[in-house]
Amino acid sequence: MNLMGMTAVELGKAIKDGQVSAVEATQACLDSIEACEKDYNSFVTVDREGALAQAEEVQKKIDAGELSGPLAGVPIAIKDNMCQEGVQTSCSSKILSNFVPTYTAEAVVKLQEAGAVIVGHTNMDEFAMGSTTETSYFGETKNPWDTGRVPGGSSGGSAAAVAGEEVPCALGSDTGGSIRQPASFCGVTGIKPTYGRVSRYGLIAYGSSLDQIGPLAKNVEDCATILEIISQYDKKDSTSVNRDDNDFTSALVDDVKGLKIGLPRDYFTEGLEPEIKEAVYGVAEALKAKGAIVEEFDLGMVEYAIPAYYIIASAEASSNLERFDGVKYGYRTSEYTDLHNMYKKSRSEGFGPEVKRRIMLGSFVLSSGYYDAYYVKALKAKALIKQAYDKAFEKYDIILGPVAPTTALKMGESLSDPIKMYLGDVYTVPVNLAGLPGISLPCGIDKDGMPIGVQMVGDAFDEKTIIRAAYAFEKTREYKRPAQVSERGL
Amino acid sequence: MTITDETIDYVGILAKLELSPEEKEQAKKDMSDMLDYVSKLNELDTEGVEAMSHTFPYNNVFREDVVTNGDDRENMLKNAPEQKDGCYKVPKTFD
Repeated sequence: MNLMGMTAVELGKAIKDGQVSAVEATQACLDSIEACEKDYNSFVTVDREGALAQAEEVQKKIDAGELSGPLAGVPIAIKDNMCQEGVQTSCSSKILSNFVPTYTAEAVVKLQEAGAVIVGHTNMDEFAMGSTTETSYFGETKNPWDTGRVPGGSSGGSAAAVAGEEVPCALGSDTGGSIRQPASFCGVTGIKPTYGRVSRYGLIAYGSSLDQIGPLAKNVEDCATILEIISQYDKKDSTSVNRDDNDFTSALVDDVKGLKIGLPRDYFTEGLEPEIKEAVYGVAEALKAKGAIVEEFDLGMVEYAIPAYYIIASAEASSNLERFDGVKYGYRTSEYTDLHNMYKKSRSEGFGPEVKRRIMLGSFVLSSGYYDAYYVKALKAKALIKQAYDKAFEKYDIILGPVAPTTALKMGESLSDPIKMYLGDVYTVPVNLAGLPGISLPCGIDKDGMPIGVQMVGDAFDEKTIIRAAYAFEKTREYKRPAQVSERGL
Repeated sequence: MTITDETIDYVGILAKLELSPEEKEQAKKDMSDMLDYVSKLNELDTEGVEAMSHTFPYNNVFREDVVTNGDDRENMLKNAPEQKDGCYKVPKTFD
C-alpha cells in the first residue's frame, strides 16, 4: 500500500477501516519527508516526536470510538506562519527564528480536534511576502515537477510538500494569491475561502484585511473536507463570521447543469501565456459539455488591482510588523547603545530585503501628506473592484480564469525585478481585495512539462458553487504526479 | 516620483529601520519605481466613491467586561530576549 500516494480522505478511510494505524501513516509521512527534503526543502520544522506522540493519542481515541472524522489520524503540514504551541513558528524570518509560541492558531486547533496529526511547518516567503518562496530565511523551496524552478509562493512549502507527496495535505494562507498560485505551480488544488470564513487567530499577520487560511491538497474533495473542519466562528477573531453553511463536502456533486460561468475577456490579454489561455478555455468547454452555460464578459478594473493591493497590503504590513521590536519575542541585536538603536538594529538585522521594501512603502503611503493620495485612493479603488465583481455575480455563478500569467518560473528569475514579480499576481489579488472565495486546480501541462492551473471565483460565502464546479471539472481529468514522484511510488 | 535622501531618512524613522548607504540607494530606486507604478490609480475617477475598508458590513463586537483569562505572565515572557523580575528587560531609556 503506497500510503503517501493516497489522498487525505482515502488515507483517513484506511485508518478508520483499520487497514493502517495513525502511527503507521505518520511514520510513512515522516519517512517521505526524510527522503525528499534534500531535494525540495518544503519544511522549516519537522516535529517528529510530537507528530508520533499525537498519532498515538489519536489512534487510542479512534480505537475508543471517540474520533471518527474523515481526517482522524491523517498527517498534515501547516505553513510556518500559524502558531503551534511548543513548536518553532518563524514565518521563515530571521526575526522569529527563535520564536516558540505558547498557544495554537484556531484553525490548527480545529484540525487537532478532528484528529489530524501536525507533522511540521512548511517553508514560505518571509512573512508571506513574495510569490516564489525564495525570500525565506531558511533557503528556497524547489518545485517537485522541476527542482530548477520555484514552487510559487508564498505557501510554496505547503504546495511542494503536497505535490512531492511528503504529506497528503497542508494548510496555507492567502493574502494576494499565496495559496492559489503555488497550488497552480505545483499541480495541486487549493482554496482561498471568503474573508471571515476561517479564524485568523494565531495566524501571524501580514495584511489583516486580506489574509485567509485555506487548504492545499491533491484534489477538491480533500480541500472541501479540510475547509469544513477549519471553518468555524471564533470570537477571538473579530472579523470571523458566524455561518451555518460550512458543510462544504455536501457540494461535492458532479453536476453543473445550468451553472452560469463568466469568462472575463480582459483576463485573456497579451500578458497571458497562450498555452494557459488554451487550457482555461478547455476547462470552459469541459464544463459546457456537462451542461454549464459559458459566456465571455468584461469584468473591468483588472489593471488597477495590483497597484491598489500593494498599497493596502504594504500599509497593513508596516503597521502589523511594528510589533517586532526585539523586546517581547524574536531576535534582538547583540550590540546597541540605547532603546531606539536596539529597535532599529534588531529590525534591520532581522528582516530580509523584500520585507523591508514593503515596510518602507507602507510607512510612506500612510505618512502625513501622502495618506489620502495613496492609501485612501487605494481603498476607493478597492470599492470599485468590489463593485465590478458584484455586477458580474448578478449574471454569473462563478468567474473562470487563469491563476497566473505563466507556469512556474526558473529559480532566481523573479527577485531582480520586484514590479515584474508583482504583476504575476494580476488574477489573484483582486479576489482578496473583494474578499471572495477562489479555488485553484490543475487543468493541463505546458510544453516544458509544468502544470497549468485554473481559477474559479465565487460570490462571497458561496464556496459551495466553486467546489461543485471544480469537482465536476476534476472528474474529467486524472490526477497527474511529477515524474520524480511517480518513479518513487513504484 | 523622485525620492530624496530626506524622504528615505524620514521613512526610515517611521519604519524603525536602519539602512546601509547601499540599501538606502536601492530603497530610493525601489520606492520611486513602485510609486510611479501605483500612480496608475490616478487614472481612476473616484469622485464620490467611499473608501472601503471591509467588503461586507462588520458590526462592533461587544462582550461583557469580565476577566476570562488567568495570569499569563509566565507564558508571555517565555519568548522575551531578556527579562527581569517578571518584566521585559530593555536598554536604559532615560537618565
